Amino acid sequence: MSNHLKAKKPLGDRRKFLLNMARGAGYAVIGGFVWSAYLDEAKASPLVLRPPAAINESDFLKTCIKCGLCVEACPYDTLKLAQPGDHKPIGTPFFTPRDIACYMCEDIPCVPVCPSGALDESSVTVKGQLDINTAEMGLAVIDENSCIAFWGIQCDACYRACPILGKAITIEYDKNERTGKHAFLKPVVHADACTGCGMCEHACVTEKPAIFILPREVAMGKAGSHYIKGWDKKDEARLKDAHAIHTTTKISKRKAVDKLNRGLEGLLDE
Amino acid sequence: MSKIWNNYRYLILRRFVQIGMLILFFGANAWGWKILEGNLSSSELFGVIPMSDPYAVLQMVVAGAIVASDLLIGVGVVVLFYFFIGGRAFCSWVCPINMVTDAANYLRRVFDIDRGQLQKQPISRNVRYWVLGISLVVSAFMGIAAFEFISPISMLHRGIVFGMGFGWAAIAMIFLFDLFVLKNGWCGHICPLGGFYSLLSKFSFIRVHHLEENCTLCMKCKIVCPEKQVLHMIGKESLPVLSGECTNCARCIEVCDDDALRFSIRDFIQNKKMGE
Repeated sequence: MSNHLKAKKPLGDRRKFLLNMARGAGYAVIGGFVWSAYLDEAKASPLVLRPPAAINESDFLKTCIKCGLCVEACPYDTLKLAQPGDHKPIGTPFFTPRDIACYMCEDIPCVPVCPSGALDESSVTVKGQLDINTAEMGLAVIDENSCIAFWGIQCDACYRACPILGKAITIEYDKNERTGKHAFLKPVVHADACTGCGMCEHACVTEKPAIFILPREVAMGKAGSHYIKGWDKKDEARLKDAHAIHTTTKISKRKAVDKLNRGLEGLLDE
Repeated sequence: MSKIWNNYRYLILRRFVQIGMLILFFGANAWGWKILEGNLSSSELFGVIPMSDPYAVLQMVVAGAIVASDLLIGVGVVVLFYFFIGGRAFCSWVCPINMVTDAANYLRRVFDIDRGQLQKQPISRNVRYWVLGISLVVSAFMGIAAFEFISPISMLHRGIVFGMGFGWAAIAMIFLFDLFVLKNGWCGHICPLGGFYSLLSKFSFIRVHHLEENCTLCMKCKIVCPEKQVLHMIGKESLPVLSGECTNCARCIEVCDDDALRFSIRDFIQNKKMGE
């Protein structure tokens, strides 16, 4: 009986406190993991187009405070803040060129207002002057299967709409073998000039745009630094200070026959 | 009429400030007003004075962001104001969620839900400090400002200024939670921003003071108070409300018919003697 009572002795304050803290820690760990799992899904949205001068996406998600000052500064209502249900990182600014493209204002009003540094003014500044042509919001990509210019139908809507006409998109003439007497007028995008403003996507006449903007990270491949354009002086210059690592393998002075016969010396003598 | 004013003067002022700020923010986006631009995360007053949410910036810093100086100045403005003057006034004078949870709390009283549910609340008011701590740990591990991605405060405010999307669902969740599950559930138990401002405003000047000799123990103040643990001195001692959890909403002052509660500047010398 006395043993039974002893076992039911009330818990000490210290033990109660520790158990309560343990419960709190348990909730905290569970909550923390659920929260992290949600965030990991919520921030994974590679196909989102950012305002000009946005820093790289993972830093952008850290740095943007979601205040919407860039959205308010945009005179064309191009920029929007992602709402719950947009399936984009919530509260961050983005634009959808098919709805409203970026008009590439010369004074880039959306960038200097950014208080957080998520939009980096220096990345669109050339010699102390803002230059929207250096923006890299994305890159136009053409689906040659649905672009009617590649079918042989004359259309240069994207070429005409491009604010950097003749540099970001050019028209390439090609012979139409099917008819034998017509020309293809094919649009070609040049990644070095294209800012990803999306005027081409907006102007594209096909039902679903055959030219569209993707984030540069998504649209572009990478050859790797070991490929060098030998015909390009600037690229070739990368080799100037390059030096090969010379390795010499010491060659044995002994003859191969000696190695093969090693251990058999006695046999050969007999 | 004067009785209505007397009993609701701070409530009317608070709603005026809350709704007024929403209109100014809305006007900045919709019509290009230059008075108050941005939103509660970061804003500009008259295009000059920056203001930023210190808790949001803290999460960003923990997440590893290199924060621009404009933002830090904005944080300084907000921190100085609440640290020295306003106390936890953000929660009851600025935050739009306050109107949602006040509505839920009002309906709880109308339908007498408080009495029907257990007197003892099922979770501790300290949960908000745990959430605050977890939000910083998660921010550090995930490399993004963790609470800013789920904050119903930002969702509602941003929703009103820039478009709501499905944000209404988060607001409905909080309303129903406060109405049926937990009295003062969101603002008084869970919200880490409220927890942050509770810690920040421990030393601010503007405080509610209790005059015990006037008190008739009607307990109206405790019924309306969203953080009634801060009113522990009612009817016992003439003390100022020193807990940072007091939101300076002043509901207790206006419902008191006996002039036993009033705003005053805290007296540091006196407080030292009394402690907290």
